[in-house]
Order: sequence, then structure tokens, then C-alpha cells
Amino acid sequence: MESCNCIEPQWPADELLMKYQYISDFFIALAYFSIPLELIYFVKKSAVFPYRWVLVQFGAFIVLCGATHLINLWTFNMHSRTVAVVMTTAKVLTALVSCVTALMLVHIIPDLLSVKTRELFLKNKAAELDREMGLIRTQEETGRHVRMLTHEIRSTLDRHTILKTTLVELGRTLALEECALWMPTRTGLELQLSYTLRHQNPVGFTVPTQLPVINQVFSTNRAVKISPNSPVARLRPVAAKYMPGEVVAVRVPLLHLSNFQIYDWPELSTKRYALMVLMLPSDSARKWHVHELELVEVVADQVAVALSHAAILEESMRARDLLMEQNVALDLARREAETAVRARNDFLAVMNHEMGTPMHAIIAVSSLLQETELTPEQRLMVETILKSSNLLATLINDVLDLSRLEDGSLQLDIGTFNLHALFKEVLNLIKPIASVKKLFITLSLASDLPEYAVGDEKRLMQTLLNVVGNAVKFSKDGSISLSAFVAKSESLRDSRVPDFFPVPSDNHFYLRVQVKDSGSGINPQDIPKLFTKFAQGQSLATKNSDGSGLGLAICKRFVNLMEGHIWIESEGLGKGATAIFVVKLGIPEPSNELKLSFVPKGPANHGQTNFLGLKVLVMDDNGVSRSVTKGLLVHLGCDVMTVSSGDECLRVITQEHQVVFMDICMPGVDGYEVAVRIHETFSKRHERPLIVALTGNTDRVTKEHCLRVGMDGVILKPVSVDKMRSVLSELLEHRVLFEA
Amino acid sequence: MEVGQLQRKFVDYTASLFCEGFLDEQFTQLQQLQDESNPDFVVEVVSLFFEDTEKLLNDLTRALDQQSVDFKKVDAHVHQLKGSSSSIGAQRVRNACIAFRNFCEEQNTDACSKCLLQVKQEYSLVKNKLDTLFRLEQQIVEAGGAVPMVG
Repeated sequence: MESCNCIEPQWPADELLMKYQYISDFFIALAYFSIPLELIYFVKKSAVFPYRWVLVQFGAFIVLCGATHLINLWTFNMHSRTVAVVMTTAKVLTALVSCVTALMLVHIIPDLLSVKTRELFLKNKAAELDREMGLIRTQEETGRHVRMLTHEIRSTLDRHTILKTTLVELGRTLALEECALWMPTRTGLELQLSYTLRHQNPVGFTVPTQLPVINQVFSTNRAVKISPNSPVARLRPVAAKYMPGEVVAVRVPLLHLSNFQIYDWPELSTKRYALMVLMLPSDSARKWHVHELELVEVVADQVAVALSHAAILEESMRARDLLMEQNVALDLARREAETAVRARNDFLAVMNHEMGTPMHAIIAVSSLLQETELTPEQRLMVETILKSSNLLATLINDVLDLSRLEDGSLQLDIGTFNLHALFKEVLNLIKPIASVKKLFITLSLASDLPEYAVGDEKRLMQTLLNVVGNAVKFSKDGSISLSAFVAKSESLRDSRVPDFFPVPSDNHFYLRVQVKDSGSGINPQDIPKLFTKFAQGQSLATKNSDGSGLGLAICKRFVNLMEGHIWIESEGLGKGATAIFVVKLGIPEPSNELKLSFVPKGPANHGQTNFLGLKVLVMDDNGVSRSVTKGLLVHLGCDVMTVSSGDECLRVITQEHQVVFMDICMPGVDGYEVAVRIHETFSKRHERPLIVALTGNTDRVTKEHCLRVGMDGVILKPVSVDKMRSVLSELLEHRVLFEA
Repeated sequence: MEVGQLQRKFVDYTASLFCEGFLDEQFTQLQQLQDESNPDFVVEVVSLFFEDTEKLLNDLTRALDQQSVDFKKVDAHVHQLKGSSSSIGAQRVRNACIAFRNFCEEQNTDACSKCLLQVKQEYSLVKNKLDTLFRLEQQIVEAGGAVPMVG
């Protein structure tokens, strides 16, 4: 018999106990086998499990334990040695694995515990993130609302719409029960309910601005929770049964244009604010959240901005309307001024003509009368008439001249004249008047003064006469000295006339004339006025003065036209005065010295008398007229071609033809049409032949028609030789001829 | 007849033509245009006038004989005649034409016919006178004299 290693039970023959042990062992073994299976199964299922090796160990441990217990089942009864051996092996293995596992677990369990902690931590974090997400979402919602609100508010520039939209959108976004806007009255002492959400037409509730609750709201730019019982919040009759919702009020700055600065809302207490009051629905448990308050504040700011924009727009529209009105008024004024100027010019022209005609008649007839036999008294009377009429004629011309001077349309008649003679003539004209007043006149001409000069003789004499005449007029006694010399550069620069910088050159010189009198003098303060039209100083407005006030003004203009300057110096009343003017005159070329402008021009018709070779085209359908006209022109030396119809004319005409005579009374041929076609053919003026109409009738209608189609002249048939000669010379000289 | 007499006769005759109103200054103008380069200017123009006028008068007669008178055409012819006669200075013919045109405007056939007769009469008168004048001129030239200018 072999030795038995098995443990001998203490109570060998207790059947029940043995049975129970047997069963327990069986179940334990079962459990021990299934647990690893389960473990393996679930670990396989899960994707991540970092301790596989431990699991294996554990599994082995459990399996072996199970095996042990299983094998134990056989040891309850008598068993063979093999079983004992197996049992021993199993137990040994189990012991091994258990020890190893125990050792392992010392390292593993802390790790496993920490994993748990980390998990907890992560869960917390996740919860926190969730919360924050919720917050961000809310903020983003708010932001979106604000943007939408702002967009709505800023999409209009009308004040009413802005405010109404604000209230509506706020009400919608925040689900408000009531929303109201109180605007300050004109005096600023009260707030008036201007807009509400629910009531369409708020009846004028007003509250004084100085309420403590209002001050509280106005003093900060944040939205402030106020009591639902405050006067600004009590918009509906309070029924006792419901709990009013929370109320928030915020100020809305009403900006003036001058106060509008970005990033810097001024905090002055004199600023005007409107009050926006928002009420949450009553009987709800809602409270104002921070983000909602922020929304309200932002909206209030935006409203302020939008209102200021609206104000700016209103302002600019008003300014534009004002400008337009002004424009219209200015335009009207300009047109009126133009009309006035035109009327004046017309008047002047008519005046000049109408008054000039009888004037010239008087002068002409008086001159004629002078030639007849007269008694001395009669001669004197005629001379007086002549002198007076000449003066009057001069005055009429002066007025016309002045208006032309102002328009700038006056031009000097430049010619060569005898300077010395001019002075002598002026002297002769003035001497009689001066001797009557017992004034002495002296004339001194500088030795280097040229005898002949180039300039406007008539206007220079007019200026001189005017100046000397004034000297005589305003002197009761004493002497008048008239001196003329060539101005040198140094003397030209006068401190009194700082803008005048004359530069003499080779063919020009500056004539300086001084007229000194010892008469009544002029108050230095009046001197600037002297040269103004129609202005008379007080000292001049005596009964004897008969100056119209135009003389010196005209002289000044003439002198300016002659690139010179005129001024008067006087020490004061009673101390006499000196009139000085400097004008620019040309130096005539030596060969022109003998040509005097006093010789009247010959008749203009003695121009060309020889038209040899002038190419002319004659269009006339009447054979006889044609021959006569041709003969006429041939007699004058022209090279004549004749045609008898309009078509032939247009066919034959070239730019070598210088003149075309056409009969416009031809039946069936429209001479005017031919003229138009000639204009079209020859677009350049210098290539086109001159067109003259021959007609038996030269009334105004015909002449106007001829002018309109572009003819250069009209002549009455039949034409005489002299007439034709003068016509041709006029045409060729002036390229135009229009007469009866 | 010797040249001097012829010339005097010429001058008197010309003067009488002017006096009686057959010719006016236009005719003088024509005479002025006659020079060495253009010695027969007046004769040429006057002959042209005669040709034209005869044609015109025939046309006028035919036109006025029609059942329905085309007054436009008649007026055109008379206008031409007026133009020609005034070009050479046939004063009486021209005056008759002016009267004729007035009646044309009124479209008065009878008056027009009367005017036409008048025109024809004046024309033949002036034709005779001018023919006589030219004959005198020719005689002077043949006699070796120069034709005097009457201005």
C-alpha cells in the first residue's frame, strides 16, 4: 500500500456533511471556471483594457483554484495515487499562481484606483463644459438677437420707426409683457410717455425728470432693476391679484451732433436722456438674467446711435432744401440782373441813337448857319448854340462810352498824332473860359517830349480836357499850370501807387501830365471817391458845380485802358489840388511821322477797281438778263461763265469761282436751295464762292431769306456799271454785302 | 448825209426815245458796256431780246387761247418778259408786263388778253425805234464816223 498524502478528515463517516462539502466544491469549481470565461468574454467585448496580462494571470489563478476544488471532489472518497498526484500538482500550481498574482496586485490595484479617480474628474469636467456651453450658447443667442435688433433699428433713418422697431423687437426677443419709452419734453423737466408696445397711442403720461428712480437710472449706463410700483412702470391699472414681473429701466442718450464722439459718451448732466422701461411678464417666475440686461444695454446704445444718424440725416436734408431754395433765389436774381443789364444796354443804345440824331441835326444845321451872313450878335448866339450842343453830344457819348467801358467792350482807336498840337488845342479850348474867370493858364512841354505819338488821340484829349476843365471849374482865381513830360523809371514808381510798375521799352514811352491849380482844393478823405461814378464829395456839391460825376470816372477808365494811372493830390480844402496822370504811348516809326490822322479817310469804295481775271459764275434763266449781266462783268474785266439752271450751276461750280450771281426769281428753280447746296459742297469758308442774289424785289422778307440760306449779298435788278463795280469791291474787301 | 448831221440826228433820236419813255437808264448802261473788246454788245443783246420776246408772245397767245387758261404758265412767261425788258431798259414794255402780271394774279382772262395786246403793241413800237436807231448807227459807222455816247 502506498502512503496517502491526503488529509484525513476528522469525522470520517458523517455522510451529510460530506455531501454538502461535495456539492459546495462542485459549485465552487463551476464558479471558478465560469468567472474567467466571463472575464475573457467581456474583455474581448471591450475594446480597451490595459491589464490583459494581469487578467490572464487572474484567470489562470481562478482556473487552477477551480481545478483544485474540482479535483477535491475525488478525494472525498478513497482515491488512487494518480488522483493524489494530480491534486498535488494542481495545488502547487495554484499556490504559485496565487502568489504571483498577489504580488502583481500590489502594483495594479493603486493604478486601478487612480483610473477611477480620473474618471470622476473627467465627468466633472464634462459637466462643467456642458454648463459653459450652455452659457456660450445663450450669449451667442443674445448676440444674434442684438445683431438682429440692431439691423432692424439701423435699417431705417426715420426716428419713429427706429423707436417703434426697438420696442417691438425687444419685446419679441425677450418675451416682454410691456415695453415703453419715455422721451424728455422740450423743456427737459418732464418725461413723456411716447411709445409703448401694447398701447398703440399712448396718452400723454408725464413724470417729472427729477424723480429719484429716474435719476438713479440716468446716472449709470447700465440697465437698472427698478420697482414695478414706480411711476414709470405703472402703465396699467394695478390689479391686486397678479404679481407684476420684474422691471428694468435703461437710459438712452439723445445725442446732439456736436456731442457725438466715438468711444466717448460724454457724461454731462445736462445731456438729454430718454428712458426705456422693460417689464417681464407678470405671474411668471422669470427673472432678469445678466445676459438679458447686457442685451438691453447694447440695444439702448444702438438706439442712441441710430437716433443720432436720423438727426444728422434730417439736418442734412434741411440744409439741402435750404441750399436749393437759395439756388433758386440766386438764379432768379441772376436772371433779373441779366435782364436789367440787357435792358440798360438796350436803353443806352436807343438813347444814344435817338438823342444823337436830333443832336447831330442841330450841330450840322448850326454849323451851316455859321457859314451864312450873320450879324455879330447872331454869330455869338449861333456859337453858343454850337458849343452847347457839342457839349451835350459829348455827354451823350460819355454815357455810352461809360457803359461800354464797364462792359469792357471799349477799344482804343490807335493812331499816330501830333502830341504837341494836342496840348496846344486843349489850351486853346480852355483859354476862353479861363480868361472869363480871370485864371492864368500856363503850358510847359518838356524838351524831350516827342512831337508825334501813337495812341488814342480823341480819348487822350477827352481826358486832358476833363482834368483841365475840372481845374478851371473849381478854381475861383489864381493860376493853372499844365505840364507834360516823359516819365523816367524812378519817377514812375510812386509810393502812392504801389501796384503800378510801368516798364518803358524801346517803342513806348510814358507821358506824365500834371495839372496844378490853386483853387478850392479837396479834402484828402474825399479823394478816393472822386473817381467813383456819380459820387460827389460834400465840398463839390455847390450850386456852381455842374459835373455829372461821370467825368473823372471815365478818365480813369481811359487812363487804365492806356495802361496808365491817374490820381489827385491835395493838401486840403483851400490849398489847391494837382491832378496827375501817366499814360503809355507808342513811339511812331520815323517814316510814319508825316501821316496825320486829321486827314479824313477817302470813300471806302475806291478800293479795288480792277477785277481782272476774277472768276464769276452767273445763273439766270432769262437769256437777255444773262447777257446783260455777263456784259457788265466782262466790261469790268471778270472771267464770266453763264448757266441757265440750278442743276447746271451746281454741276459747273468749282472753288475757282470767286463769286456767283444768281437770279432768285427764276420760276421753277429755287435759288435758295442752290445756295444751300453750294454751302454743303464747299464746307470751308475760304473755298466757297461768294453768293450774291439778283432780284427784282428787295423787301425784308427776301433779304432775310437770303441771309438765312447763307447768301453773302442781295442786289436789285437791273444793275448799273457803277453799282456792280462798288458791289464787287465791297464784296471782295469785306466778303459780305447787304444793302437795298 | 455827212457824219456830223447823222450824229446829231442820232443824238436827237436817242434823246427822244428817252423822253418818250421807250428807254430808260438801263439802256444807257448797256451802251456803256460796249467797248473795243465788245463792239456789238448792244446789238447782240437787243437781238436776243427780240428773239426771246417773239417766242414769249407766241406762247402767251397760245396759252390765253386755251379753254382753261393756265395762269401759272402765263404768269411765268410774263415774268420772263418783264425780266428781259427791264434788262435792256425797254421801259414801256416792262410797265405793260407789270400790269399784265397783276391781272394774271386776279385770273382775269379778258383783262389778260387786253394786256397781251398792249404788250404786243409796246413791243412792236420799241422794236421799230430800236431798229431805226441801229440803222442810224450803221449809217454813221459806214460814213466813217464814231457813234456818239448819249448819257
